[in-house]
Amino acid sequence: MPKQINDLFNTQTSMRKQPRHIYTVSELTQDIKLVLENTLGEVWVEGEVSNFRPAASGHFYFTLKDEAAVLTAVMFSRANKGIKFKIENGLKLICFGSITVYGPRGQYQIIVEKMEPEGIGARQLAFEQLKNRLFKEGLFDPAAKKPLPLMPFRVGVVTSSSSAAIRDILQILKKGASCADVVIRPVRVQGESAAQEIALGVNEFNQFQQVDVIIVSRGGGSTEDLWSFNEEVVARAIYNSGIPTISAVGHQINVTLSDLVADVFVETPSAAAKIIVDKKNALLADLDSHRQNLASSFSEIIYYLHNQLITLRHMLKSPLDRLIEKEQFIDELATVLHSNVRHYLNITQEQTRALIEKLEALSPLAILSRGYSLSLLMPEQAIIKDVAKLKTGDLVKTFLGKGAFLSAVQEVIKDERKAEF
Amino acid sequence: MREKQSFEEDIKRLQKIVEELTGGKLTLGESLKKYEEGIKLAQECSAMLNAARRKVELLIKKDGKYSLEKFDDSESQGAQGN
Repeated sequence: MPKQINDLFNTQTSMRKQPRHIYTVSELTQDIKLVLENTLGEVWVEGEVSNFRPAASGHFYFTLKDEAAVLTAVMFSRANKGIKFKIENGLKLICFGSITVYGPRGQYQIIVEKMEPEGIGARQLAFEQLKNRLFKEGLFDPAAKKPLPLMPFRVGVVTSSSSAAIRDILQILKKGASCADVVIRPVRVQGESAAQEIALGVNEFNQFQQVDVIIVSRGGGSTEDLWSFNEEVVARAIYNSGIPTISAVGHQINVTLSDLVADVFVETPSAAAKIIVDKKNALLADLDSHRQNLASSFSEIIYYLHNQLITLRHMLKSPLDRLIEKEQFIDELATVLHSNVRHYLNITQEQTRALIEKLEALSPLAILSRGYSLSLLMPEQAIIKDVAKLKTGDLVKTFLGKGAFLSAVQEVIKDERKAEF
Repeated sequence: MREKQSFEEDIKRLQKIVEELTGGKLTLGESLKKYEEGIKLAQECSAMLNAARRKVELLIKKDGKYSLEKFDDSESQGAQGN
């Protein structure tokens, strides 16, 4: 390469026929720019990030370095927008861009167009691309998710039959939901063919049909270990499953494509088994409350009917009751009346007796018994109160205390004094 | 599968019975019938959930046919979560 540059210089100097050419700084920089940009153009370069300075404009300024050299780098905002990971000093990057010369500073630099973290960078990038594609296709759409059955009595598990994952699942189901049968479709969960096997396992359960739910599972591991669950073939098998799926991959919060596609996703195999245990317990509690509701509703009905019966019986009884009431009232009235009458009668009797006594006292006979007498002029039988009504010879009937006698008037004595005894 | 279907149906039926009985628009005879049916369903469903008759099997495909083989999970009893 130095040879090539020398050639270029040589051509240029030879074209100018003067033995001594003096450049201005701008001219020289312009020539350097031409040489660098034309010969190197677009390059891939790897190095460690240092002096990272994101600017307010959104452009990234940093340097890439290794043990022996430093390269100034710029990444404009239009290019760095799509970067999924965070850039930090010390991060090893693979950058793609073009070498340019920045005259005002007399600096050459790389204008970075793309960057990846070194190591799994390319794979990660591919993963992000796949994820975006599947997302756009609607594979993660919540509307496409199927509800789990009310109670999965038969659980299909796609996992390694010797893994900690299956042991955890079996143990928890045995303890918490021993009503659930488990069918294991053993697969490799790691390595080259793992993704194909996992996908096939899911498909086979769908052909076999006789499970209520499929758990796709693997215990914890590195991102690399879990990678099979990020493969498109696995994501599509889970998406196409007619049987509801639970994805339970890993022991940390590393979300795989399998998690995003499955109907339900949990962080660990144990958590998948716990879903089933929880369903069972919730159902048992529901059944309990149903039973209580039935009992209380039924006793309410009985109570209501009982009350109604009592009301009806009251309504039936009441005419009789009212009659009795009336009778009672009448009886009471009668009693009152009776005593009133008696009282009245008593009073009357008393009065009568008094009257009679009075009458008796006034009776002429009583007076006569005391020695008085009563004379009637006969034959008229008129009581003689005045001698003026008498004349000699009149017939007089005189009543005494005992008996009576007739007499004739011998002489009428008109002078009262003469009549004194 | 048949079990599961009848289970879901039973639960649905039970929910309906509870609603009907709570609604209180039934005659005494109907109520008694529904009550008895509901209690029976609830007991049957509970019994299914409380059953301890689980099997653990392996799904095997041979010559395009599926079969189930017993899986020895005795080690899961003493297994540690690793």
